[in-house]
Amino acid sequence: MCGYKNVTTSALGGNEMLDISAWFNDLLAGNLIFTPTTLGYYWEGLVTTTQLVFLSLIAGLVLAVPLAIMRSSKHKWISLPIYFYTYVFRGTPLLIQLYIIYYGVVFIDGIQETFLWPLLREAFYPALLAFTLNTAAYTTEIFRGAIKTTSKGEIEAARAYGMSDSLMMRRIILPSAFRRALPAYGNEVIFMLHASAIASVVTLMDLTGAARFVYARFYAPFEAFLFVAAIYLCLTFAILYFFRFLEKKLLAHLRPQTN
Amino acid sequence: MKKLLTVSVLGLAIAAASSAQARNYDHVRIGVDVPYEPMEYRTADGELTGFDIDLGNALCDQIGITCEWIEQEWDGIIPGLMSRNYDAIMSSMTINDERRQQVLFSAPYITMPSAWFAPSSFDITEANEETLAGKTIGVQRGTLQDNYVTDNFNSVASISRYSTADDMVLDMQAQRLDIVFLDFPIGQSTLLNNDDTEYVVIGERISEPKEYFGDGFGIAFRQRDEALAEKFNEALAELKDDGTYDEIFERYFGEE
Repeated sequence: MCGYKNVTTSALGGNEMLDISAWFNDLLAGNLIFTPTTLGYYWEGLVTTTQLVFLSLIAGLVLAVPLAIMRSSKHKWISLPIYFYTYVFRGTPLLIQLYIIYYGVVFIDGIQETFLWPLLREAFYPALLAFTLNTAAYTTEIFRGAIKTTSKGEIEAARAYGMSDSLMMRRIILPSAFRRALPAYGNEVIFMLHASAIASVVTLMDLTGAARFVYARFYAPFEAFLFVAAIYLCLTFAILYFFRFLEKKLLAHLRPQTN
Repeated sequence: MKKLLTVSVLGLAIAAASSAQARNYDHVRIGVDVPYEPMEYRTADGELTGFDIDLGNALCDQIGITCEWIEQEWDGIIPGLMSRNYDAIMSSMTINDERRQQVLFSAPYITMPSAWFAPSSFDITEANEETLAGKTIGVQRGTLQDNYVTDNFNSVASISRYSTADDMVLDMQAQRLDIVFLDFPIGQSTLLNNDDTEYVVIGERISEPKEYFGDGFGIAFRQRDEALAEKFNEALAELKDDGTYDEIFERYFGEE
């Protein structure tokens, strides 16, 4: 949240900073909407969006691996509760989940006195919680699908070697399932980035929040939203490129031989 | 033949232009963003009411024309006037220079101060940079209160922006906000009336500097409808003289 100001004052010496700000002022001369102040809001928004999406994806991924294994269990009493969780979180809009978590928690009696309140008081953590639970549900189902489609031959071979269930899961099923899940998971990451645009309804100053602020202040819908759309496009492109690189690395054995 | 056509088209255009300029309204459609209690809202049985509505109807009566109210969300309220969905806006619109470039305003019909509202446990007597340092301030996004707070307190406090005043009040009750900055009558009817001791007004009501708080609320018209704006101005002066204005004012704001 405060990264922008800290960087400009601490990391750069006096002279360097003057040069950069002079160059910046020249660039923005005569522009009423994109001033250093509003660009500061966009920067703040970029930091918030990135933090929110990155942290929720990491936490969601960590949650999804054990959940996916439990979800593919033969025992109904293990797999059914997980199915219920993914069904609820995939079956309701993320916006509603965010509203329930953000406005709902305050109706729990005495929540303001517990140790959780300093976290729940900020808009960031309820949003992070909602996003994490949502992406964990989708990722669980993506991984479960990948685990389920592991070829019978691999499993039989592992059994023939006398592998235990857990060793087989660790050495055979999960590594190949992750590879198969990669393209679908890349889509989930992009969906998450785009879904994060709703964070501004609970007062978070994310990228969309910054755009809405600039729109309302300068009555300039096109400038405000086109600029932010361009930023989202760049982020999406970076994610696409990253996953294409990963797929090339990890799925090399599936590509047709060229020579 | 071609020349004749050009001349007649030109003639038509001129006739159309002059009729648009000298248009005499006997029926005026007024755009309004509902709800914004107590300025414009619906009663329990769905009837449109509020200070703007009553004053607007009284003004139309005084001029001798009929009025129709058309609901429009705040975001698109000026574009709606331009595209002739209605002929005037009477919806708690503050007169300021940015809007003056697009619309023609009547004389201000009410001035509405803003004020700070906080829980009574928030122990300060005046809102300034020192007392608000490190606090969370709530405002409604895109309002003049938002502009004022953003320009004056952004460096010391954190600002939460809400789409509606209702969301903001909910977060105030949830103790997420330390203080909010609102149009005084709106805060009065949403925060003070629930329980008189829970929330208090901090400091004086604020209507300066004009750069932020404008010149009061005005009725907006299209730039070319100067004659119509003039009629509303005359009617407003007459209603102020004969006491009708005071009567409507007391109906919604009590005695000041």
